[in-house]
Amino acid sequence: MSRLLQRLFGRLPIGWLQLSHSKARFAAALAGVAFATLLVFMQLGILGALNSSTIAPYSFFDADIIISAEDANTLTDGSNVARSRLFQALGVAGVASGTPLYIGSLDFQLDGGSTASLQTYALDTQGQAFVTRAIAEQFDLLIPENTALIDTAMRGVPTSAFDGLRAGQPFAFEIKGKTLTAVGTLTMGGGFTADGTLFVSDQTFLRFFSGRSSGAPNHILLKVADGAEPDEVVSRLRTILPAEAVKVQTLEEAANADLAYQTTERPTGIIFGFGVLIGIIVGIVIVYQVLSTDVADHLSEYATFKAMGYGQPFFLGIVFEEALVLAVIGFIPGLFFSILLYMGMSAATGLPVEMEIARILSVFVGTLVACCLSGAIATRRLAGADPADLF
Amino acid sequence: MTDAAPIITSGLDHFFGTGEARKQAIWDVNLEIAPGKLTVLMGPSGSGKTTLLTLMGCLRDVKDGSVRLLGIELNGAPEKQLVALRRKLGFIFQAHNLHESLTATQNVMMGLQVHGRGDPVKQLAAAHHILGLVGLADRRDYLPGNLSGGQKQRVAIARALVSNPKIVFADEPTAALDKVSGRNVVEMLKALGVQRNTTTVMVTHDNRILEMADRIITLEEGRVVKDVVQPTKPLQLVELTKS
Ligand SMILES: Nc1ncnc2c1ncn2[C@@H]1O[C@H](COP(=O)(O)OP(=O)(O)OP(=O)(O)O)[C@@H](O)[C@H]1O
Ligand SMILES: [Mg+2]
Repeated sequence: MSRLLQRLFGRLPIGWLQLSHSKARFAAALAGVAFATLLVFMQLGILGALNSSTIAPYSFFDADIIISAEDANTLTDGSNVARSRLFQALGVAGVASGTPLYIGSLDFQLDGGSTASLQTYALDTQGQAFVTRAIAEQFDLLIPENTALIDTAMRGVPTSAFDGLRAGQPFAFEIKGKTLTAVGTLTMGGGFTADGTLFVSDQTFLRFFSGRSSGAPNHILLKVADGAEPDEVVSRLRTILPAEAVKVQTLEEAANADLAYQTTERPTGIIFGFGVLIGIIVGIVIVYQVLSTDVADHLSEYATFKAMGYGQPFFLGIVFEEALVLAVIGFIPGLFFSILLYMGMSAATGLPVEMEIARILSVFVGTLVACCLSGAIATRRLAGADPADLF
Repeated sequence: MTDAAPIITSGLDHFFGTGEARKQAIWDVNLEIAPGKLTVLMGPSGSGKTTLLTLMGCLRDVKDGSVRLLGIELNGAPEKQLVALRRKLGFIFQAHNLHESLTATQNVMMGLQVHGRGDPVKQLAAAHHILGLVGLADRRDYLPGNLSGGQKQRVAIARALVSNPKIVFADEPTAALDKVSGRNVVEMLKALGVQRNTTTVMVTHDNRILEMADRIITLEEGRVVKDVVQPTKPLQLVELTKS
């Protein structure tokens, strides 16, 4: 380590020697950096889980364009859309096909009395072309009434409970006093708004949601004709459909808008966003504290160096060296414990809390920058002082 | 150039504090320090010896009056010029101020590396050589924590001298040393004066050193009250460097 740093800086690695000289202090400093890293990782992990669980339902659908009510910010909120919009849209050049999408929430009775809320998606018989293969393959199973595809990753039920179903044995359960038969599976898992997912036919859906009518789905999914640009079709649709009633977006736009809404306008998103900010601030404060104490403790040695003719860049160099050492060595245990906690969190909540390479890199770069920044601030005290006043 | 005075002060005043607490510590000091000589500053405690020394050694901003150090006016000099000047000087302080996490050799090498990267092998050899001269050949890889007060002070002296400074400023350098090693250090400084024309300005209370001084300046309450140039007998010179 010492040799490596000597090569790197072309001088004695004073920062490293200074840090490693008092072992207890070094360990405390590393723990501080590791803790700050951990804090940021945890907040980012939760925010990331919110992001991916928001986006995930969109991946069920294989469509180019989605028509939603003007006041709908997500898949599940806002008014319904009149099905007649579908027929209007089909008359627009470039639209090849479309299907209504119905969404509701059903409570699944768990052992022990509690319930899991299942986000329930329903499509009509035309819908087969609008879902991903895994669901399309099981689409015919939904033709008999009161059948469903059930989420084997749903929160509150071990996936092993669905082993029989996977082997081809349907099982029946009760919701709202009616019997529903699980005939197939899908995997989604719990998010922030629901504990799992169900897929049913529109007929089944309407039986369970007696207040809903087939003429008023939540959204309308469209596919464009071969060779047509979805963006162009969207703008054409916008000129024909009244903007005060419905909004037309590509599916990707809708997912991104949903994400932006969840993270910047909903309390959960804002809270976790704040968490990241607080984590970063706490991290900077810890590192600054460590480095400025170190500078203060070595003030008379630094004054001597200053008297010998070392300039400000030299002191910045020492503190940057310390910052670098702390950032690199402190980051490793921080990352290690974060991964452990991610696994624990994801096991406990069923949320998709996962470590991503991009996140590791950006937190590492952030740690480095925070360390160097606090180092630069910590040496400011040396800059203007007369060496004689520092002894 | 060699015969020009390396330090000239004229009308030098210095104040500490501001407002009500403003207090003058140096009053109208006018001195020309001769090159290659050992000049001693003496006087009672609080008379301003350290203050004058740090003003002349550009460790303290000169604000009133003038100090010309090696031909450069310190009053109003930019930081960059001060940093460059300090590299031509050697300081030995009352407190040794060694870096606790560097070995004796590494501390001495800091005095060389201030001049740039250089050749590490030569630097190491120079550091070892000068540590030998101050009698620490067998302690050169010790950390300061494992050295006695006198040994630490000798490392600090080696650090100040290793880069062949033009002027050495020393503030009671022998306070922590026993009689023999104190005398050795002063002899070394005198030898440097003769061989390399190194100028030394030293604050001391030590009577044994006074007799070796070429000039003794006495301060009282921030003023020069006595200034004696005395002839000294030639020393038996110690060998300084291999070069
Ligand atoms: N940083 C400072 N701030 C305010 N006053 C100071 C400061 N340094 C020294 N003084 C004052 O200036 C005067 C001269 O101090 P200085 O340290 O130069 O004395 P000295 O001759 O070196 O004394 P000693 O022999 O005790 O080391 C003293 O009255 C001292 O109190
Ligand atoms: Mg003093």
